[in-house]
Amino acid sequence: MLREVLRKPVAKLGLVLLALMPFAWLCSGIFLDRLGPNPAEYLIRSTGDWTLRFLCFTLLVTPLRVICNMPEWLRFRRNLGVLTFFYALMHALCYSVFDMGLEWDEIVLDIAKRPFIAVGFAGAVLLSLLAATSFNAAIKMLGAVRWRRLHRAVYAIAVLAILHFFWMRSGKQNFSEVFVYAGILGALLGWRVWHAAHTRRLSRP
Amino acid sequence: MLIRTQQDGFIHPLSSEITQPQVYANRRQLLRQWSAGAAAMGMASWAQREAFAQGGATAVKLASLPAAQSSVQGAMTVEKVTPYKDATVYNNFYEFGVDKSDPARNAHTLKTAPWTIEVEGLVKKPTRFNLEDVMKWGAMQERIYRMRCVEGWSMVIPWIGYSLSDLIKRVEPLPNAKYVEFVTQADPQTMPGLRGGYIDWPYLEGLRMDEAMHPLSLLTFGMYGEVLPKQNGAPVRLVVPWKYGFKSGKSIVKIRFVEKQPVVSWAKAAPQEYGFYSNVNPTVDHPRWSQASERRIGEGGLLDKKRKTLMFNGYEAQVASLYAGMDLVKNF
Repeated sequence: MLREVLRKPVAKLGLVLLALMPFAWLCSGIFLDRLGPNPAEYLIRSTGDWTLRFLCFTLLVTPLRVICNMPEWLRFRRNLGVLTFFYALMHALCYSVFDMGLEWDEIVLDIAKRPFIAVGFAGAVLLSLLAATSFNAAIKMLGAVRWRRLHRAVYAIAVLAILHFFWMRSGKQNFSEVFVYAGILGALLGWRVWHAAHTRRLSRP
Repeated sequence: MLIRTQQDGFIHPLSSEITQPQVYANRRQLLRQWSAGAAAMGMASWAQREAFAQGGATAVKLASLPAAQSSVQGAMTVEKVTPYKDATVYNNFYEFGVDKSDPARNAHTLKTAPWTIEVEGLVKKPTRFNLEDVMKWGAMQERIYRMRCVEGWSMVIPWIGYSLSDLIKRVEPLPNAKYVEFVTQADPQTMPGLRGGYIDWPYLEGLRMDEAMHPLSLLTFGMYGEVLPKQNGAPVRLVVPWKYGFKSGKSIVKIRFVEKQPVVSWAKAAPQEYGFYSNVNPTVDHPRWSQASERRIGEGGLLDKKRKTLMFNGYEAQVASLYAGMDLVKNF
């Protein structure tokens, strides 16, 4: 049943529409004055939260595929990756516009001065590389092996994202949510390490 | 001897039981007002929404606290006052949760009466005082202060209270008292935030004696014409307008006079990020946030530029002399 749904061509469209709901909710919140006394802060923080969530969803695809033996999930991996990039872009835009007033020299100074901004910026740069090479022609151009190697950068992005969040929250010692995301992403990365070691052991002659 | 009977309504043992003639004469008007009031109550939910939408700066529900306008230098900024609803739903009060909307949701459990303040340490006679008595030690004044949070936002709030110096003079500190430490309420029964191990409870703050004696340091009992809402630190808090907001402890239960500089809560939890002084200073950055500018809550649109943060939050003329010759980068 689930497999059939996942195989349908409209499933991808459905996923993208579903994934854009938080964005639509935030946009409507601006106009309906639903974002509290500090809407700028609200938008910066929630776009960051959604980036982390989509990063988790993206990294969940492979374990789900292997554990459930459902190759259908793979169809959505690139979509989810691009959606992660979309929320990261919104996050960076909100910061640049609302916090920095689009003053580029100020932004450059801010990246240089504050480690947690620098780490977030590095993650965003890596993520945009992956988004820029997320279409079929790019895979052909790079070759499947090199493309796959490049896209392993998503593991580094996950680590940078957690570090960014951790440093941001360390100003107020408020780590509970950081630990939740770190736990989920840690489990997803840890499973890959375990899985790689496990399959290598099985394939040994 | 006066014998009380039920025969008529003209014998009263206490003169205060007798309705004043002017009230009796106005009884019809009173009834009209009451019925209008009842109708207004029915409209309240609708009207409140309307008032919120208009950003009305007036409160509706707490006991009023009469006060005269302050004549202290710098105490009456003419900037636009932050809407009451913003000042009462956007709070940092970790005892009630870390989210800024948590205190407004959770602080209703705080028990503000009876309330005592213990004055201890290096004073002539350490004593526990009732709040009602402490409230009589100075004339209530309204002061409109800028409030700058260390996180990079600010508000303009009409506080009510009297200079902390009035209390200090009253309790007579000993000559070797160099600092004042403020201990705030920490009750695990009523404060759900205490379960989170962000900092050691109770929350402690402190001032140097000359800072505490400065007329702008306000012992605060109310805001917006009323007693303090619980999420804003009822029933008594400190407001030190030239320092970042966290220096102004909420729901104070103890005032302690000491000789050595006290270890205050945030400086203890994250010494690389928070110092003892925490004066508003646009030239000394916090590692997490730039302190050069601030967003005024409830003012302007999403795309408006942030305003420049002023040295000592704009109170430089009044307080700069307290720090003459001090390295404010080192003493952040």
